[in-house]
Amino acid sequence: MDLSWMAWTTPTATFFAVILCLILSMCVWEWISPGGQPRRGILRFETTRGDRLFVTLLGSAFINLAWLGLVGTNLWWALAVCAVYGILVFIFV
Amino acid sequence: MKSWNNKAWFLVLPVLLLVAFSAIVPLITVVNYSVQDSFGNNEFYWVGLEWFKEVLESERFHNALMRNLLFSAIILLIEIPLGIAVALAMPRRGWGVSVCLVLMALPLLIPWNVVGTIWQVFARVDIGLLGYSLTQLGFDYNYTQDVVDAWVTLVIMDVWHWTSLVVLLCYSGLVSIPQAYYQAARIDGASRWAVFRYIQLPKMRRVLVIAVLLRFMDSFMIYTEPFVVTGGGPGNSTTFLSIDLVQMAIGQFDLGPAAAMSLIYFLIILVVSWVFYTVMTQQDAEPSSGRGQSS
Repeated sequence: MDLSWMAWTTPTATFFAVILCLILSMCVWEWISPGGQPRRGILRFETTRGDRLFVTLLGSAFINLAWLGLVGTNLWWALAVCAVYGILVFIFV
Repeated sequence: MKSWNNKAWFLVLPVLLLVAFSAIVPLITVVNYSVQDSFGNNEFYWVGLEWFKEVLESERFHNALMRNLLFSAIILLIEIPLGIAVALAMPRRGWGVSVCLVLMALPLLIPWNVVGTIWQVFARVDIGLLGYSLTQLGFDYNYTQDVVDAWVTLVIMDVWHWTSLVVLLCYSGLVSIPQAYYQAARIDGASRWAVFRYIQLPKMRRVLVIAVLLRFMDSFMIYTEPFVVTGGGPGNSTTFLSIDLVQMAIGQFDLGPAAAMSLIYFLIILVVSWVFYTVMTQQDAEPSSGRGQSS
């Protein structure tokens, strides 16, 4: 099957593989330690683990866009900010 | 011990496959395009995040985004209250129900490009009923040359086309309210406003969530109607993100910048829709539910 029209590159393949791994690891986490019931965090709305992953990924996208627009194209520091942001979301939200 | 029946996954599988082919594969392709440049013939050259940076710093993108946000805000401010008001005024029994429902459904059945064509002719100053009448009444109306006239025409057209969707959703919410609530309100001597504020509005909340979400997403993605009526003009005054995107992708064949712009566009729609959905649905949630669960 010719998939050249999808214009795959190694970085984009890595990006999607990481997203897939995150989703799969959530499944494994839930299987090993069930506890995905909704809880109410500092934002005062109910979230499950899946919701927190969604908030993390969506927020990370905007952190990267903001970094790109305000700082520059080197996004490694932005990735570090996203990691901290993700940890905070999973603890407090 | 809870037992799981995993056969249910087989029932979900067709939908997953459909979504994969209709949404996920195109989205992945757009991401792939957004970091490359192409000159046709399936030849791509890696450019990294340059297109994203270019779009984020582009005044053209900022202006189109502001126009889109303003248009969606105007549409929601008009269509939601108007839709609720019309739904409240509609009869609940008798032959009038069918007549009203059919009349309300009519604008929704008309294809978007036909709606654009109807309003393009209707608002023309030389032959259109609206444009000609306004001119004869002494109004200096010309949607092809005046920015305000163009915006007013697009807003009225969208209100005409889509308010009925809000009406039908609100009406479905209203007719599902049990009569016992109204009887209790009558016994308590509640005013018409109190009935609306404390019975009808809370009971319509769920359908209003859907109405606000649908109208926001639709108005934020609007393309066909303004393209047919104004073509994005006068100047760029009605060039919304979708029109700008099509001009970039198809008119200029700048697939890379167009892909980067469409991803930013998608993220904005996603975050605003999520905020709307969360704010409106969390009001229903009980404050004590789920407490004590962690991680």
